[in-house]
Parts: sequence; C-alpha cells; structure tokens
Amino acid sequence: MHLHPHTPTPLRRLLLASLLAALGLAGTPAAAERGKLLLTGGVSSIDGAAGGGLTPWAVTGSYATQGQWGATAFATAVRTGDYRMTVTGVAAAWNETLEFSLARQDFDTRATGVALGLPGLRLKQDIVGAKWRFAGDAVLDSDSPMPALALGVQAHHLDAGGLAPTLDALGARRSDVDPYISATKLFLAQGVLVNGTLRATRANQNGLLGFGGTASSRRRLQTEVSVAWLLHRSLAVGAEWRSQADNLNPSLLGDGLRQDNWADVFIAWAPSKQVSLTLAWVDLGRIVPAVAARRQTGGYLSLQIAQ
Amino acid sequence: MPPTRPRRPLHRLVLRLAPTVLAAGLALPAALPVQAQPAPAPVTGPEEAALLRALGDRAGLTALADDFVDRLLVDARIGRFFKEVKPKHLKQQIADQFCQLLGGGCAYDGDTMQKSHADLKIARADFLALVEVLQDAMDAQRVPFVVQNRLLARLAPMHRDIVTR
Repeated sequence: MHLHPHTPTPLRRLLLASLLAALGLAGTPAAAERGKLLLTGGVSSIDGAAGGGLTPWAVTGSYATQGQWGATAFATAVRTGDYRMTVTGVAAAWNETLEFSLARQDFDTRATGVALGLPGLRLKQDIVGAKWRFAGDAVLDSDSPMPALALGVQAHHLDAGGLAPTLDALGARRSDVDPYISATKLFLAQGVLVNGTLRATRANQNGLLGFGGTASSRRRLQTEVSVAWLLHRSLAVGAEWRSQADNLNPSLLGDGLRQDNWADVFIAWAPSKQVSLTLAWVDLGRIVPAVAARRQTGGYLSLQIAQ
Repeated sequence: MPPTRPRRPLHRLVLRLAPTVLAAGLALPAALPVQAQPAPAPVTGPEEAALLRALGDRAGLTALADDFVDRLLVDARIGRFFKEVKPKHLKQQIADQFCQLLGGGCAYDGDTMQKSHADLKIARADFLALVEVLQDAMDAQRVPFVVQNRLLARLAPMHRDIVTR
C-alpha cells in the first residue's frame, strides 16, 4: 500500500483509518455473511468507484447486499513506459443501492517532469465519488435484458504542484465534477458481464492534467465499455475501452498534449470474499507526447480488501 | 428452490399461442376464461434438452438434488430454513422441479415458489447463499462451470418469488 506518510492531509488520514478498519474487520465472522456472489461487486477502479479497472459499473462495491453495509479498501499500481501511478482508496456501499468512494491518485511524471523543468513533479488527484443504483438488477434477473442502472458523480481535485501555473496558462481548471450513468448486465447463462458508461467530462487524462483547456472548455460525453467473461466463480478475464476528451490539442505545444483513448485487458481473481487481485495490461495512449512520444503501455496491479 | 412457473418458457408459450388466441378471440369475443386455466407445463425446447443431458439426465439431477439438500441442511447461514422439512421429500421435489424445468417429463407437484416461501422472511442474502450452496453441490458433482451458469440462469429469476423480506 502506497500511503506516503509525508502528507497527513485529512483525506489521507481518513483513507488510512478506513483501510485499517477494513483490514481489521476482514477477519471477523460477519464477513462470511455478506451476501453477494463472488466478483459481482466488481473491483476498485482507478477513480475509486466499484467497476472494472478504468471505469465505474452500475454495481456497488463490497459484498453487501439487501440491508447490508460493506466496505472496500484498495491499492493499485500502474507502470507504463514513462510514468508510474499509485492509487489508494476506500469505498462504502449500502443495500446494493448507494456507494461512496474516496481515491487518491499519485502520478509520478519522472523524465517528463525533468524535461518540463519540474524534476520530481508528482500530480496528486483526490476523487470523491457517490453512486446510486436506481433501477435494475445486474445479476439475478437473467430472464430479462434489463440491466442495472446507476447514476454517479465524481468530484475531482488536482494538486498539480509546480505544474499549476502551466495548467492555468492552458486554461485548465484544477477541480471539477463529472456526472456519469452506467448500465451493467451479467448474461448469466453465458457468464458474460457487459458494462457501458457515459461520462460528461472535460477532464484531461482523467483530470491529472486538469479540466478543459485551449481547445475546449465544455463537458462532452465520453463512452466507456467493459466486457468480462467469468471463467470460474472466482476468476474473470475481460477488456475495457474508455474514450477521452482532447481539450489540450492544439495548445501552445501544438499537438504535444494530445490525448488518446484508454484500453486494458485484465484478469481478476477473488480467492475469497475478503480479497481480490486484478492484473491488467493497459494502454493509456500518449501522455504529453511533446516529451514522451510513445504510447504509454504497461502493467496494472490492484489489490482490494473487502468486508 | 422450486417455482413452477419459469418465466421464459411461459413467455415463449404466450408467443407461440398468440396467433391462435388472437384468432379464437376474434371468432369468439365473449368466451376466454384465461384466468381459469390450470398452470401450463413449461414449454421446453432443444436448449433445455441439451442442458438436461449436460446435467446427467434424471440420474444426474437426483444426485445433484441429494447433495444440494445435504449441504443446505448443514449450512450455517440458511440451514435454519430447512429445519421443518423432510430431507427426502425436499430432495425429490427439487429433482422433480429441475427435471420439469428442463423438459425431462417429470411432474412437479409441490406448491408454487411464491406459496412455499411466503412465510419464511427470506432475504436476498439468503437466496444468494442458496445459489452458492448449489454451486458447491454442482462443483462436487463435477458439473462444468458453463453448464452451472446455464442452470443458474433458469433459476435466478425465482428470486422475485422467493425473496420475501
């Protein structure tokens, strides 16, 4: 778990406390009574909401079902050719209806930071999320095509460090709120889960480079799609695709800040209702190609603890 | 877990009968005692027949139901719901119900799912626990995972009649 002790912000303290609480409770007998079927609460996405790795689904995290509260804590590490990111977070869910989540992304810009004259630059983004499943049942209504439907909102706040003046100059704000709607359906007979999410956003690289910019400052609908295939109760493989805005192209760097769509293929394993491990190969496209020209592909590893 | 009226087959029946009923309705606008008809046997097709074969036909269902009920009785979460039930009878009923659902030509003579679970205050967590016990029983009977899901997909909608709390 990458909880760097040097920044004891209130959010960080809350994350840590929740994580310890989740760890502490994970071993109690009550954990065995949480009802949902394995993996049907998804895993923790990089935004903190339950879903796939890159996108939220219309399910609530943890194994809490009707009338139950549940919690999850997670740590994710992403390593691409030129960048590293860690994400830590927690979520609480009630009644398969409501979910509240907190996540902190810590993006290490490495050589790109150096090239920008900002060695050691880390972009830190906090994301507070809420999700409401307002209709449908993703799992048990297998005789109907009706999916589970959820509305969500994610409030982002970016601490851009020394990059803040540059983002200001590019017209990118450092806080924003993204609403989204997700539809999730498990085709039980086939063992295939499909999710589609529409997100109204102007985020640049999911907010790590702010929101809006030289090319556009309007929110646009972005599409996110996940497909997962259950190989076994405790094992799923799948793929995801997520479109991104391109609000910083062109900019004073020409197309040097252009953004690409994101994609991943993953395998998720839940040996028990307390733990899941997700391994993925991600393609985040180009991130600041003015400096790092190649596509950012690499590995993704995520550990989730649930109770 | 037995409901007598699997929804999909019923839908299919309605679709199949629609032209006939429509014709009859046009011819005899006054006489359609639809409500008074006895519950029809589920209409099944090649999909159900294939699933029945994959589950080991009648003998496979009997072995599965036996193991399933044995596991239910001792399950820490939901065993209490089966305290008053005669295990032998329940095994027979579940085997019959699965068999009927899959067009195996068996008669299921138990109550509807709705009636037999009405007073039990069954929560969604209890229903999901039952699904897990059935998965365990199918694992023990070496039912392949893809076959398990095909059976579960036919049983899962019963949650609407069984979950009463």
